[in-house]
Amino acid sequence: MTAEAGLAALWLAAALSLLQLAMAAIGLRTAREDVSAAVRPVAIVGGVLSAIAFVLLIALFVQSDMSVKLVAENSHSDKPLIYKIAGAWGNHEGSMLLWVTVLGLAGAAIAIFERRLPANTLTATLGGQATIALGFFAFLLFASNPFARLDIAPPNGMGLNPLLQDPGLAFHPPTLYFGYVGLSVAFSFAIGALVTRDVGPTFARAMRPWVLAAWIFLTIGITAGSYWAYYELGWGGWWFWDPVENASLMPWLAATALLHSVTVLATRDGLRAWTIMLAVVAFSMSMIGTFLVRSGILTSVHAFAVDPTRGSFILALLAIYIGGALALFALRIGTVRAGTTFEPLSREGALVANNLLLTVILGVVLIGTLYPIVAASLGTQLSVGPPFFNAAAGPIALLLVVVLAAGPLLRWRKDGWGALIERLTWPIGATALALSLFALFAPWKGLLTLLGLGLAIGLAVASVAPLWKRNLRRTPLFTWGMVVSHLGVAVALFGMAADSAFTREALVAARPDQVTQVGPFEVRFVGVKPAIGPNWSAIEARLEVTRGEGTTQVMRPQQRFFANPATTTNEAAISTRIDGQLYTVLGQPDGAGRWQLRLWWKPFVTFIWFGGALIALGGALSLLGRVRRERRTDAREMWA
Amino acid sequence: MKAKHQRLTLVLLAVAAVVGAALLAMSALKDQAAFFYAPADLRAANVAAGTPIRLGGMVQTGSVRKLPDGVTTAFVVTDNRDTVPVTYRGILPDLFREGSGVVAEGRVSADGGFVADTILAKHDERYMPPQVAGAMHKTETLEK
Repeated sequence: MTAEAGLAALWLAAALSLLQLAMAAIGLRTAREDVSAAVRPVAIVGGVLSAIAFVLLIALFVQSDMSVKLVAENSHSDKPLIYKIAGAWGNHEGSMLLWVTVLGLAGAAIAIFERRLPANTLTATLGGQATIALGFFAFLLFASNPFARLDIAPPNGMGLNPLLQDPGLAFHPPTLYFGYVGLSVAFSFAIGALVTRDVGPTFARAMRPWVLAAWIFLTIGITAGSYWAYYELGWGGWWFWDPVENASLMPWLAATALLHSVTVLATRDGLRAWTIMLAVVAFSMSMIGTFLVRSGILTSVHAFAVDPTRGSFILALLAIYIGGALALFALRIGTVRAGTTFEPLSREGALVANNLLLTVILGVVLIGTLYPIVAASLGTQLSVGPPFFNAAAGPIALLLVVVLAAGPLLRWRKDGWGALIERLTWPIGATALALSLFALFAPWKGLLTLLGLGLAIGLAVASVAPLWKRNLRRTPLFTWGMVVSHLGVAVALFGMAADSAFTREALVAARPDQVTQVGPFEVRFVGVKPAIGPNWSAIEARLEVTRGEGTTQVMRPQQRFFANPATTTNEAAISTRIDGQLYTVLGQPDGAGRWQLRLWWKPFVTFIWFGGALIALGGALSLLGRVRRERRTDAREMWA
Repeated sequence: MKAKHQRLTLVLLAVAAVVGAALLAMSALKDQAAFFYAPADLRAANVAAGTPIRLGGMVQTGSVRKLPDGVTTAFVVTDNRDTVPVTYRGILPDLFREGSGVVAEGRVSADGGFVADTILAKHDERYMPPQVAGAMHKTETLEK
């Protein structure tokens, strides 16, 4: 019964979003306020219904109801509870239902909380949201029904891919989806504002929290995904330029640009058309990301779903939404009045430079990701890998770092070169000092690495400079947010450059009691023994690790065997120190009593994800600051 | 600057930036993309030693052996038209098997072999990289 109830809730939610679209259209056409006003409750009920459908799907997974096809294919009755729950979205159908649920809840949230937008624009926005939802409902109901039954229920089910049985990855897709869907809200706002010809600071202020929230989730999602790949895949790398990774990076790049341009629009009334365009691009990127991951058209180390018909369905949605939005943009852009102007050397100018550079990186990543697909359709099989992305995106990213350092130190509207250089004395000095120290003492790993290390130091100094000589208690929260986020970029950049400059590696075939040196560590291989877990068995190595005169620590890398589905995974053992991580992997035996061991000493590698967390924290501070300030303004207006 | 001029400048800048990105990307693609080769294509293409590329095919049955140092594996990649001997220093991925698909990232060595830095084998027993599937399919068609 649960499955049927879920399907019914899904159909009802789909019907309501059709109603929502129709009512929004009628309300706007006929200017009937009663019809427009009724759009809000419809959006709320629709959101609740899709959430009910999703909760029912989780319930099916928890009960291990193997008569449901999706549960039988992606779950197993012996699995730990948390992975039964995560199994609900660790597959194609479930993740699309999650997508629709988040979309529905976001629509409901707009309907409940949005007070700043003019009534008409809000109605048009909710209409836009319903249009997006309808496409995805059609996709779910016609091409990927999560509640389909099996005629003959198997006793146990096939199990969840063991690589997904990890707390990090269990919560990774929902985080990214919150980001993707947040961008759909920004997109609907842009459509709404274009429809009612209402592009201006009010609209930007209403859109900003949504962009900010989406961006925070994307940042967390990408950071967590990178850390997952690092410790779970056992290859010691943190970014692969894999199409699936790029699929989440591209919306993030667009959202970062949008976040900055929407700030210019909200506070300075500039960059109107550009902001609308970026909102369209950002959501297009999350659609393209979904398409890439869900269509199965690409070779990837971690693409999980494969089905060409679904690919064409998403491609059609992509064409309709992006094409439609661009057409509307082309029709209405003439009516978007120019905003205020500014000099090239100003805070606005730096933000424009930031936007252009981010767009260029986005273009490079997009071309590199799509090129193999286009080439394949023309009959050439090729793949684009890290050498291309590093060479093409790396230098632009470093240029962006320079803009990032200088931007916050510029005044709005107009500034002078002399004043800027004076304010940049400390950061430039720090960069120069760091560059010369690293050039003298660090091993030469290429110009990009060296510049990365130097610029990271300079950016760290420049990031905190806006707090210089300020009363820290009275500094607004969103200024703190900016400082923390920019500092996060410096920290992450330092981690990345340090990882490529200072990593030490040892690869050995070790006999028991053999000692291997890696960086400052002595690693003694004691031997291997079997180990057992809830749904796996393993061979576990025992490594005794000593650093200098310090105490000995035991590390236990494993080779794990899962029975359902039958898979081997490699569980690295990682020891986190203040100045880096020791990363150990157990490989195969050679048949003569030796075991392969791979050991890495990675100084400051944790800075990469710590920086990512700081970037997200900065976003959260800004969001809190904005919400608080608006509360206060609302309160004042109420008293006035 | 007048508003109209400023807008025009911005548009021109944006266009220049995007065109620049495309040119940059295209030129980088030409030189630096890790191109994908099946063994027969690799023989035909005459790739210079040291150029980073990807080699894809099947691991020939019976070809996998460990070298005496215990950490280097030697095996042969085949597409049923030609074969390339590969050496890899490191821990093989869990799904590396004789007779299944593999993508090796690395360089052609001076003696015509292939030195892999990375071995990709997807974590799914049903996996066959599309590129390998494509190359194999072509081979079969040619044989018939």
